[in-house]
Amino acid sequence: MHSVPSVRTYVLIWLTLTIMTFVTFYVAQIDLGGWNVVVALCIAFFKMMLVILFFMNVKSDSPLTKLFAGAGFFWMILLLGQVAIDYISRNWMPMGKMW
Amino acid sequence: MSTVVQDPRTIETPNYLNAEYGWRSWLFTKDHKRIAVLYIISITVMFFLGGIFAGLIRLELLTPQGDMVNSDTYNKFFTMHGIVMVFFFLIPSIPATLGNFFVPMMIGAKDLAFPRINLLSWYIYIAGAIFALAAIVMGGVDTGWTFYTPFSSTFSNTFVITAAVGVFIAGFSSILTGLNFIVTIHKMRAPGMTWGRLPLFVWANYATSLIQVLGTPVVAITLALVGLERAFHIGIFDPAIGGDPILFQHMFWFYSHPAVYIMILPGMGVISELVTCFSRKSVFGYPFVAASSIGIAVIGFLVWGHHMFVTGMSMYASLYFSLLSFLVAVPSAIKIFNWTATMFRGSISFDTPMLYAFGFIGLFTIGGLTGLFLATLATDVHLTDTYFVVAHFHYVMVGGMVLAYMGGMHFWWPKITGRMYPEGWAKFSALLVFAGFNLTFFPQFITGYLGQPRRYHAYAPEFQVFNVLSTAGATILGLGYIIPFIYFMWSLKYGPMAGNNPWKAKGLEWETTSPPPTYNFEKTPVVTEEAYAYAAHKEEHVG
Amino acid sequence: MEQQFDSSTLGMWVFLLTEIMFFGGMFCAYMIYRSMYPGAFASTSLHMEPFWGATNTAVLIVSSLSMALAVRAARLGQQKMLQLMLVVTIFFGLCFLGVKAIEYHQHWVDYKVPISVPGLGSHWDYSNTDKFPNQAQYAKQAQILFCFYFFMTGFHAVHMIVGVGLMLTILVMARKGTFSPSYFTPVEVSGLYWHFVDIVWIWLFPLLYLIGRTKSLI
Repeated sequence: MHSVPSVRTYVLIWLTLTIMTFVTFYVAQIDLGGWNVVVALCIAFFKMMLVILFFMNVKSDSPLTKLFAGAGFFWMILLLGQVAIDYISRNWMPMGKMW
Repeated sequence: MSTVVQDPRTIETPNYLNAEYGWRSWLFTKDHKRIAVLYIISITVMFFLGGIFAGLIRLELLTPQGDMVNSDTYNKFFTMHGIVMVFFFLIPSIPATLGNFFVPMMIGAKDLAFPRINLLSWYIYIAGAIFALAAIVMGGVDTGWTFYTPFSSTFSNTFVITAAVGVFIAGFSSILTGLNFIVTIHKMRAPGMTWGRLPLFVWANYATSLIQVLGTPVVAITLALVGLERAFHIGIFDPAIGGDPILFQHMFWFYSHPAVYIMILPGMGVISELVTCFSRKSVFGYPFVAASSIGIAVIGFLVWGHHMFVTGMSMYASLYFSLLSFLVAVPSAIKIFNWTATMFRGSISFDTPMLYAFGFIGLFTIGGLTGLFLATLATDVHLTDTYFVVAHFHYVMVGGMVLAYMGGMHFWWPKITGRMYPEGWAKFSALLVFAGFNLTFFPQFITGYLGQPRRYHAYAPEFQVFNVLSTAGATILGLGYIIPFIYFMWSLKYGPMAGNNPWKAKGLEWETTSPPPTYNFEKTPVVTEEAYAYAAHKEEHVG
Repeated sequence: MEQQFDSSTLGMWVFLLTEIMFFGGMFCAYMIYRSMYPGAFASTSLHMEPFWGATNTAVLIVSSLSMALAVRAARLGQQKMLQLMLVVTIFFGLCFLGVKAIEYHQHWVDYKVPISVPGLGSHWDYSNTDKFPNQAQYAKQAQILFCFYFFMTGFHAVHMIVGVGLMLTILVMARKGTFSPSYFTPVEVSGLYWHFVDIVWIWLFPLLYLIGRTKSLI
């Protein structure tokens, strides 16, 4: 089996996650316009990676596990992204004009 | 053992069928082979049920007027035909039956990775089927198997939730089977069974399992949302309060397009086995055929918008999906070319399974090529929602998948049951199926092109000739399915003993007894040769 | 045994893949409606309490820590530590559900429940009030968005309940001495599930509670 992370590592990760939670909470009170979404989602992504790599031990797992974990996230992006292609491009061309 | 001399035809070595008797040994089994048999029985029942609805459809369509039933009832016919055939026959078919039986054996394993989950999978399938049957018995569903909103979520007066629950539950059966196959193929291959030596049937089931695992949950949540909308009268997909019916279609087809690859990929895996065995030749371009299965699985998730070209989806999205739909045809074509090249300079025998394989190659090609007309934006505007589409998907689903299933059943029947079926009747039925199928569905290409809409219980009188031909063909096709059912049943008691390897095929499953013992192999096999190591004709250079 | 461990963990990952796609479908629909109705979305997000959302996030993160420590203890054969960490995980899981109950109750009191609860009916009123003088114009779309709020957090809560049940089962098994450094597969596999449910919440929190609060109502 793979190496067992130390208690210290786990506590450090937990601390980082908690701090990031505070950060995202307080940043949300400040109006940054469109950047609010970007910051919040980036922080969420970062927290997710910490949980996956350390709490779920994927960092020290086999390449196969890494592949499956990555594939899941990627496939969700495929769903969201391809649906978004439709909605984003609906108003790109004025109706009734020849191109 | 008694001392009375027994009829040699009834002496059987210990095998998975006679290991234990009684209903408990079947309903609580963990043996993947017994579970496969349970599935064979269940999906056969659902197949004939779906077939009855098909018969009712064709009966109504004998005459141009809607004179047999009213339009609401007709809507129920094609809805139930679709739901039963897609979710309760085609999706489980080969993986849950032939896959369950042979994937472990082909990789040299004793069973699947999670035998109890395998049994659970069957029970979940039955639970889903009960809901679907309940919906039918209570009065049916009329939304089409596609459950388009807002009709399904707001306006339909039929048992939508019951049917949706049935499909939702059956989806979990599909997911668990896929999960089981993925882990099994990764972790339980016998020594020497590298990925590069796996039979292509295993590759096909692996690719199918990936789709099952990644796609099915999305249709689950989509149908759950429709059910919730119906139950609580809230407008998720109801335009009246700002919902978007197109969103439903996006989410529905995100699964349902890959679902058609769930349906066809295992069939393609079977064809690889049949073509190699009955050409006594190793497959041409093994890496390409294996990779094409994965390619179809992946690209299959990038094309669903081609079901939505006329719905109001953006033109740019339509361009994207059209282009990718052309791309997904490429791996399928690779398989067709490679099977043909396998047969070239092979030593071909025309046993029944091979007849079905020939039928598959021809009919799937037609179905696949007609799909390109539908992938092309300009022609799709004309052809969509006509019988052209109906003909296209029946060519791939029936002319392709069902023929592959029949071919596979005939190929592996001796291994599963230990008995041979009557070859004369089998060949005759194969020809009936081929002739009946083409007579049923080819006219539909014509009427579809000429403008006959699908899902209508009436049509313009000038289409009647074609529809009558189609119904006649359906009758012949039905006969072509009933006769094998009869002789398969007959063979269980009266068929000659098959022996371990009646086809002299390569593959670990043929190295056991027929039927196989419960634990498949006395000792874990060690694999030293490539797949399809038929000695007679290796690939030869021309000239 | 190693093969069984590997098979079980791969099996759990494949299952988590299906869960990603299941929640992903909901995220997809939510994303579309959020972008279609920015005004309604800003309006509905004012009815959430980020304080409770943040509390729940912190609670789940602690429970993930205790879960990771539980798995570690199982690997090292530390029976007492394993049981303690499982109890801590269960406790925090229940805290999470408790906070959710408080929130749901608050939404009920505020007439922000568009779904008919069996036996109780629905409690929905999006007309203008002193505190929210401009919200009535968004009533129809807000209904959709609140539905998604309840569905997404509801499905998540169901997964939490299942998770707590799983942990109780593991705890019972641990007390019976089932686990050792050579067999701790159920702990590992349940841990993966628990962390996944945490990850879903890590995304739900900003999406449902934080984004859009600062936009002035159009």
